[in-house]
Amino acid sequence: MTKKSKTTKEVIEEPVINAEESLKERFRTICIDGDKYKTLYTEKYKKRINYEIPNFKKIYSEIPGTVIKIHVTEGQKVNEGDLMLVLDAMKMKNKLIFPIGGTVKKIHVLENEKIPKRHLMIELK
Amino acid sequence: MSLKRKILELQMKREKALQGGGEKAIEKQVAMGKMTARERIITLLDENSFHEYDLFVEHEARDFGMDGKILQGDGVITGTGTIYGAPICIYAQDFTVAGGSLGLMHARKITKIMDHAMKMRVPIIGINDSGGARIQEGVNSLAGYGEIFYRNTMASGVIPQISVILGPCAGGAVYSPALTDFVFVVENISKMFITGPEVIKTVLGEEISMEDLGGARVHSEITGNAHFFAESEIECFDQIKKLITYIPWNNGQKARPFELKEPLHSKYKIDEIVPGNPKEPYDVRDVIKAITDGSEFFEIMELWARNIVIGFGRMNGETIGFVANQPMYLAGVLDVDSSDKAARFIRYCDAFQIPIVTLVDLPGYLPGVDQEHAGVIRHGAKLLYAYSEANVPKMTVILRKAYGGGYIAMNSRHLNADFVFAWPGAEIAVMGPEGAANIIFRKEITEAKDPEKMRKQKVKEYKEKFANPYVAAAKGYVDSVIEPKETRKFLLHGIEVSKNKVDRKPIKKHGIPPF
Repeated sequence: MTKKSKTTKEVIEEPVINAEESLKERFRTICIDGDKYKTLYTEKYKKRINYEIPNFKKIYSEIPGTVIKIHVTEGQKVNEGDLMLVLDAMKMKNKLIFPIGGTVKKIHVLENEKIPKRHLMIELK
Repeated sequence: MSLKRKILELQMKREKALQGGGEKAIEKQVAMGKMTARERIITLLDENSFHEYDLFVEHEARDFGMDGKILQGDGVITGTGTIYGAPICIYAQDFTVAGGSLGLMHARKITKIMDHAMKMRVPIIGINDSGGARIQEGVNSLAGYGEIFYRNTMASGVIPQISVILGPCAGGAVYSPALTDFVFVVENISKMFITGPEVIKTVLGEEISMEDLGGARVHSEITGNAHFFAESEIECFDQIKKLITYIPWNNGQKARPFELKEPLHSKYKIDEIVPGNPKEPYDVRDVIKAITDGSEFFEIMELWARNIVIGFGRMNGETIGFVANQPMYLAGVLDVDSSDKAARFIRYCDAFQIPIVTLVDLPGYLPGVDQEHAGVIRHGAKLLYAYSEANVPKMTVILRKAYGGGYIAMNSRHLNADFVFAWPGAEIAVMGPEGAANIIFRKEITEAKDPEKMRKQKVKEYKEKFANPYVAAAKGYVDSVIEPKETRKFLLHGIEVSKNKVDRKPIKKHGIPPF
């Protein structure tokens, strides 16, 4: 577990060695309002995704699909709302537009490439 | 034709109908590791108690070549019987007959037995094992589902409704179980989802197996859609039978009383279970077992939101609903799932006249972006609503820490608890000592020569002054500070004197709980 940013009250510590050998799972700590408690984590808690501050300059796919056509080139200046690429997904040809303006730094996909969900497609400067 | 021959004719008709989908289909069912629908009913109910109705019901579908097809019982078996003498209405979908698909007459059989259960005010058990809507019957099969949902909703809080998922239960079919009180699932057999792996793959390109998408374990550990998890159908039926002994037949009755048994004092030493240090974990179920008759506790939703424990036990032979923070998991915090889990159980107990005992030991709510974004405000409010609304006898024992909003939510005096007891080690305070001292004495700490030393001193001061049950007791928020070994005595007495409890709610059509 990595230490979280100071903005949340929660601090996840490294596992504490459990004195009771009989308990197969090892105790961890959880911090609530500055007090640290010895406890076990639930499976769901272990699997939770840590929040990341969104970076709008990195544009990810929201659904899996096939890139049909890329409408920009690297180094090109673009405005918010400009056509970025066409993604064939969910039986539709989805026109994807730039959420913000900027300069295209790098294109990470090729035409006719199949991409999964949350795949980095384009980076802006 | 003589009567004798007519009787013979009936016997032959019956025999044919009892074969369900025929030998081949039954072989397939067995190969899948499943019992047949009729076997299931017979195994679950008391011996020779099952009486079947609507054996000769036939479908009326004419399109898509259905007119020539005979579907025995139209794919569902309905009837009445008993479990430990308790009257039960039951239906079981027969997967060997057209995949247990739901057509108009199939649904009519189900709604008919549901109507019986409502008239007779007895529990209804539905065994689900169906491929879904019978496509050939079109909108009629959709109508069938809707009519079942409507009855589930009308029966909710009137008669116990139990759903057993023993096969696929997909699409609209999942909403009948979701509307019922208790859902039972069996490993490798139960499968529940709205859209199956095929659709997900076509639309989203995500590949997942049926088991990983909506298997028994998923619904018991991740989604919280199932209440009881079993490794075999037999184990599942034993769980259902046990549940039936704990719950009343309807909302106008009490659960059947059992003989009083003392807890196993030598096994569960109530003085020794809870560590003195509020930061040390322990299994709160041991405290429950130290209180209940025969140290028996029937846990519900054991694998989901394990930071709170819910279930039934008996005290003086009477069924009691227990809600307890579980310091063993996530320090016993309240969060989205645990609030949801407890709130629904409280409403169940309230609907069926089951007194509620709440055991408190929690540091507060779980912090985190995921919790806030998942709506912990809305879900947490369910718990406040459920406790406030319930007017069955409600008793609370504060075992150790009860901090902040968590203290209020866990059936505090302020939400109209009948009795609130606290153990001498209870810490009823606005927050844990560390956090409180850091805020209250911030100035003193930062300005001190040795801030760390000052902080420690202030934490100690705060602990001595506020981390006890007496501040709350001085205000009457706690009725009695009691020794752990007096807990059962106080609770038994509390139940005894609450027998004629009257707590009228304001007249309204219904409230608007935050769900």
